[in-house]
Amino acid sequence: MSYTSVLIQFLNGLASASSLFLVAAGLSLIFGVTRIVNFAHGSLYMLGMYLAVWLAERVGFWGAVPLAALIVAVAGSAAEIAVLRRIYNAPELLQLLATFALLLVFKDATLWAWGPEDLLGPRAPGFTGAVEIAGAAFPQYDLLLIALGPLVLVFLQLILSRTRWGILVRAATQDREMASALGVNQRRLFTGVFALGALLAGLGGALEIPREPANLAVDLSVISDAFVVVVVGGLGSIPGAFLAALLIAEIKAFCIGLGLSKATLVMEFLVMAVVLVARPWGLLGRIPAQARGSGAADQPLAPPSPRLLRIFAVLAAVLALIPIASGGYTLVLLTDMLIFALFAASLHFIMGPGGLYSFGHAAYFGLGAYAAGILFLQHKLPMELALALAPIAAGIGALVFGWFCVRLSGVYSAMLTLAFAQIAWSVAFQWDALTGGSNGLVGIWPAPWLASKTSFYLLTLLVCGLGIAFLWRAIHSPFGYALRASRDSPLRADAIGIDVRATQWAAFAIAGLAAGVSGALYAFSKGSISPDAMGIQRSVDGLVMVMLGGIHTLSGPVWGAALFTWLQDAAARNIDYWRAVVGVVILGLVVAVPQGLGALVQGRR
Amino acid sequence: MKRLCALALLLFSLGVNAQAIKIGELNSYKVFPAFLEPYRKGMELALEEINRAGGVNGRKLELVSRDDGGNPGDAVRVAEELISRENVALLTGTFASNVGLAVSNLAAQRKIVFIAAEPLTDKIVWENGNRYTFRLRASTYMQTAMLIPEAVKLKKVRWAIVYPNYEYGQSATASFKKLLAKAQPGVQFVAEQAPPLGKIDAGAVVQALIDAKPDAIFSSLFAADLQKFVREGNLRGLFKTTVVFNLLGGEPEYLDPLKEETPEGWWVTGYPWSEIKTPAHQKFLDAYRRKWNDYPRLGSVVGYAAIYSAANAIRKAGSTDTEKLVAALMGLEMDTPFGPIVYRAHDHQSTMGAYVGQLAARGGKGTMVNWRFADGANFLPPFDEVRALRKE
Repeated sequence: MSYTSVLIQFLNGLASASSLFLVAAGLSLIFGVTRIVNFAHGSLYMLGMYLAVWLAERVGFWGAVPLAALIVAVAGSAAEIAVLRRIYNAPELLQLLATFALLLVFKDATLWAWGPEDLLGPRAPGFTGAVEIAGAAFPQYDLLLIALGPLVLVFLQLILSRTRWGILVRAATQDREMASALGVNQRRLFTGVFALGALLAGLGGALEIPREPANLAVDLSVISDAFVVVVVGGLGSIPGAFLAALLIAEIKAFCIGLGLSKATLVMEFLVMAVVLVARPWGLLGRIPAQARGSGAADQPLAPPSPRLLRIFAVLAAVLALIPIASGGYTLVLLTDMLIFALFAASLHFIMGPGGLYSFGHAAYFGLGAYAAGILFLQHKLPMELALALAPIAAGIGALVFGWFCVRLSGVYSAMLTLAFAQIAWSVAFQWDALTGGSNGLVGIWPAPWLASKTSFYLLTLLVCGLGIAFLWRAIHSPFGYALRASRDSPLRADAIGIDVRATQWAAFAIAGLAAGVSGALYAFSKGSISPDAMGIQRSVDGLVMVMLGGIHTLSGPVWGAALFTWLQDAAARNIDYWRAVVGVVILGLVVAVPQGLGALVQGRR
Repeated sequence: MKRLCALALLLFSLGVNAQAIKIGELNSYKVFPAFLEPYRKGMELALEEINRAGGVNGRKLELVSRDDGGNPGDAVRVAEELISRENVALLTGTFASNVGLAVSNLAAQRKIVFIAAEPLTDKIVWENGNRYTFRLRASTYMQTAMLIPEAVKLKKVRWAIVYPNYEYGQSATASFKKLLAKAQPGVQFVAEQAPPLGKIDAGAVVQALIDAKPDAIFSSLFAADLQKFVREGNLRGLFKTTVVFNLLGGEPEYLDPLKEETPEGWWVTGYPWSEIKTPAHQKFLDAYRRKWNDYPRLGSVVGYAAIYSAANAIRKAGSTDTEKLVAALMGLEMDTPFGPIVYRAHDHQSTMGAYVGQLAARGGKGTMVNWRFADGANFLPPFDEVRALRKE
């Protein structure tokens, strides 16, 4: 790289960092105060883009930017008031499910309002050309962005440090319960923070339109980048978010400059993994205040009553008899439901009793699936043996990743699991010789005696049933009690001689192993496996199933998996805007039964 | 009264008419809506035309269309549903290559015909080809080969390449390098940029390409990536000194959003819908505009031709029996808005072509000039090469 290109790539990095910072700052604010992992933040950004393109044709670009940001702020606070306000007292992370549903609704609403075609915005008037810097042309608009990022940072810092409202926000970020005890009106504060966060997201989106067309895929791609920036910077820290945005954008720009563009596929996740392993609270984050209240409200998980056990025995018997009454597609759908039930139960095992959030559980599902495919296709193992051995790969993966993850806590640990999942995903995506690259592996079919839908369904029922029973039994074994003790009070658990980390690590490996079983079954039921199986979407699906079913119940995740799989299938078959419908149904359930479906079953005990 | 009787008679005759033939279709409508909404309109137009003309073999056609969720796992489940619950005669559709390959493999397992409409991957008819899978569109290899003659004519030595980092971009790049090096010995490939699909960091990529000082660029970017690349390249003067070849760049789906930003003189494959004057295309264009009050995109042609492929195969087979359909599709000759095509018997690839031309901005809109039609049949490797690839 010549001197000029080093300079230009550095400036490119600065410009990207600014636009990354705008969206991440809002997310960080919202999380800091409300503890909401806001999946819909990327949707607000996308909405800002579409509104800005649409308004720019009517009132010009410079009028469109503030207008779009304001409208997004209104939309964001409306969503907060209408939905999120109702569930602040629900189990932690349930808000995540609600914002995921909002994301689905926003996406289809945008498609409905603006149509499917990408909309390239105008160049910004006054900044349409390029200036010459060291002999290279550099866009004027990017210079503007470079200035804007630090300006917004300073502005936010001023608000937070000099205004009464800002002081309240900081107080709530540090200790929400204490701020509330001192008489701070939480409702107004939360709505205000949400509005400001949404405003920043809308502003970020609107300012991006001279550089990127408004398109329907932007919400998910922005949200994952923004999460990474927020976590690397330290949750709730605005300067940290700026620093992290800078770090990631510069590393990416120089990867491209040095001809290592393929590395940018996972660069931000690699950075996140390294930062979290070295600094568990991010670059500028602080150790969060001990959360109060949330843990004590949970009822301890009781062993299943004889009645519940009878219900499950009857259910298993009914499921085993279904092939007599019905064949074909019912069995295909039930097979999927069972596989995801085991997947969700394994995620619940680590999240519920384990208390370790995992945003990257798809990694172990995918490892199991890929191991099955590779053993079967490339090592020519019989299907039965491949199916039996494949989960071991997932278990080993979970052992390795888990060793790091159990050393962190809360959302940091969750994001580290996501980082590892993305790294595993990118390996599967790029290692053509072993994994078939982006196409994946095809031709992974069951042995002839299991090839019929009925026999494969019965195999799945048997394996998943045993897997789920094993996980539930483990929760109520001495190991399970130790695990729950470690979750509820690490200090006391430690004092009575429980090795907290070792216990959690073992739980992580068991959950990975079980997810690997479901992944291997999945591969043989589909005949193929591709990187999607271990992508973010699969991890999010798992979270949705667990939260829908209820994280503090035993059987909830199984119901959640069944309902979510069925809902997606039924909605996608019959309705054009099926994502919005799935979103609305989830929102309805979140508001109606915040404890999850499992609570309905338990409630009648 | 007479009219009423006639109506009743008509309704009655429709009722006793043999059951409709179902065609199962699945696609990633929510993941690639810009291409697939026009595609759906094309399918519905074809379906309406066929049924108005009396259907196929005396039976109406019915299209059972599903969203495949954009990933192979869901797509396979949806395909299973179409096969076992809807009892469709054959399957068609899919967009991304991983989904196409997964459904193709399922088709072989369940022994049902699958006409892959849009996936461009070479593997679906070659390395992973099977008896039951046929592919309509010109593949990545074919479309790349169509650009080679123009690339060779320019006698440029230093080439840079930019592509989205997944199957389509990778195989376009591999084919381009292989074919150009063969046709023009001594050519150099001086830089390669492979940004993740949908997430190009366009400023940095453009600067890296400028640093490599190429004479020409081969790109297989599309959709949002392409638009970002074009705007940054325009701003930073990358295209002043280089000729660019961009696969798919002339498809209305990806060209229209560029508007006044459309780069002049790029060589692309695409679809100059407003300028094609052949009778076959004119008929399609008129019918499409009448029905939808909109102009067709490339997706419209693909959807339209996919349904006609299915209908013609069933007509030629005289039944919906899978083995007869396979036999009918091998060597099936038919008309499309792009002219006659043949589904080649030995690799199941149709000879559908594409239009090759240069981009130009006319009145604030992108369009293709100096275009010609490239017949797919002329851009496929020889039979024995293909036979070696297909492991049957």
